[in-house]
Formats: sequence, structure tokens, C-alpha cells
Amino acid sequence: MISELLINAFLVTVMLAIAIALLKTRTVIFTVILTSAYSLVAALMFITLDAVDVAFTEASVGAGISTILFLAAMAYLPKKEEENFSNQFLPALSCIVLGAILIWCSYDLPQIGLISSPIHQHIVPDYILGSRNDIGIPNIVTSVLASYRGYDTFGETIVVFTAGVAVLVLLQNNKKNPKNTKSKINKIDKKVG
Amino acid sequence: MHKNPILRVCTKILFAPIILFGLYVQFHGDFGPGGGFQAGVIVASAFILYSIVFGLDKGKELFPSNVNLFLLTLGGIIYGGVGITSMFLGEEFLSYNVLGSSPQSGQHIGILLVEFGVGLTVSNVMIALFNAFAGFKSGKGN
Repeated sequence: MISELLINAFLVTVMLAIAIALLKTRTVIFTVILTSAYSLVAALMFITLDAVDVAFTEASVGAGISTILFLAAMAYLPKKEEENFSNQFLPALSCIVLGAILIWCSYDLPQIGLISSPIHQHIVPDYILGSRNDIGIPNIVTSVLASYRGYDTFGETIVVFTAGVAVLVLLQNNKKNPKNTKSKINKIDKKVG
Repeated sequence: MHKNPILRVCTKILFAPIILFGLYVQFHGDFGPGGGFQAGVIVASAFILYSIVFGLDKGKELFPSNVNLFLLTLGGIIYGGVGITSMFLGEEFLSYNVLGSSPQSGQHIGILLVEFGVGLTVSNVMIALFNAFAGFKSGKGN
């Protein structure tokens, strides 16, 4: 119990330190690297919550591939962020009020892993039993993701697909290579259907 | 392309194990943590690493853009196809029970195929995005 508390306190401290450093930095590459580090600490946080699948996704997507994509996109950005001199009193106030409301609400949350809390009563027992008896897969996350919630995952896949195609079409459309643009869009149209 | 021999040798050594790990995460997702989304990203990272070290042109020789776009679409088609197949076999959309000889084996087959479709789409979207961003200015994006 006390070790868990220590680990959580350590992770939260590191997260806070990274967040403050993120606020301070004005260099784009530091922002990208710090966001990646933040994702990595978040992944460790998910491991302490026993959500290994989420931690895996956070580490590979949040800390891995999105950093690479940010770095690839960064080549087209100015190296430094401009200083913002406008009055930031209202944004700061709204952030503090929102944070205070969230912390206040968190006192009403049930204890983590408490079996009598509502989310563990509704449909979760069916999933846990069904994953063993009907589906026969030890990893309940996979059986929920791919079978019980197959529609949602189908939607997610289509969202990833659509986002990818949309970015491709947007980037094809740059004016710097007008002679290539048309034939390539036609090619994509043919491929996508 | 990087002149640094250490980077180039390490990339060549790491390339196959990364893909192997991606496949492990893909097909072991039923038993341990992992699944299509994570595996897709890991496989994509191997190709992106290759493109970063050896240059975008070499990366496209290894993995041509038209194959990339074809597989990107194929992933979604596999997912939807599994759903429609179960409809043709007399069940609802994405009910895997009818795909195998018993409901349990049907579920296994369905989940495996569906996760494979997810992995295919995710990995190819990531590779396509990287190629598009990296080749944006030079007009070499796919």
C-alpha cells in the first residue's frame, strides 16, 4: 500500500515537472520531446492502475509514433514559438476553476477496484464470464474490444482510415508541385474507390 | 541518408526483430496485452526507422506507395468483410459465432481476422502519414 503511494507520488511529481517545463519552453523540438516523455510517464501510470493494454497503446502511440509524426511535421514549422504578451488572466482563471471542480468531483468517485462500485455491477460480470465461457480468450480487453464492442472498433478503424486518407489528400494538394497533384489525386481516388 | 555506419548497421539489425515483435503483439493479443492498434504502430515504426536512416526513396523502394495505399484500404475491407460474411451465414453483422465449427472457434477466427484488419490499416496509415509529411516539401509524398 505504502509502496503504491510512493510510486504514484513519484509519477505525479514527474508529470507535474514535465507539464511545468512544457509551459516554460518556447522551442518546438523540446515541446515535442517533452510531450513524448509525458506520454511515457502516463503509460507507467496506467501500469500502476493494472491497465496494461492502455499502457501499451499509450507507450507505442503516444510516446512513439506521434512523436515521430510531430518531428516529421516539425520541419515545416518555425523553430521557436512566438512569445504571447496578451493578458492571460481569464484563461488561467478558467483553468484553475475547472481543475478545482474536477478535484472536488474526484472525492465522490468510488475507490479504485472496489467491487461494489456501479461500473463493476452493470454489464462487466457478463463480459468477464462470457470472455471465459463463450469466447474462450484469456484477455478480456481483447474480447470486449473485438467481439462485444466490435462495432465500436470497426468505427475506430474507419476513423483512422478516413483521417489518414484526408491528410494524404490535403498534403497532395500543395501548390508547390502542380504538375504532380492531379495525377496523384486521381491515383488516390482510384485506390480509395 | 545517414553516413553514420553505427546507425545504418543497427537499423538493419533491428528491422526484422521489430517486425517480429509487432507480429507477436498482433497474434498474441488474445492471450496477453496487445492487439491490432499496438501491433500496427510497432510494424509501422520499423518501416519509418528504415526511411529515416536510409532516406525516403530507399524506404519507398522497400515498401512502394501503391502497395501501402492498397493495404491501407484492405484492412478496413477485411474488418467489414468479416462482418458481412457473418451476415451471409445467417447471423447479425460482426457476430462471429457462425464463422467456425463451434461458437468458440468462430469467435477465435473472427477476432483474429478483425484484429489483423485493424493492424493492417493502422500500420499503413502511419507509414503513409510519415511519407506524406517527410516528402511534403520535395513533392515526393505518395
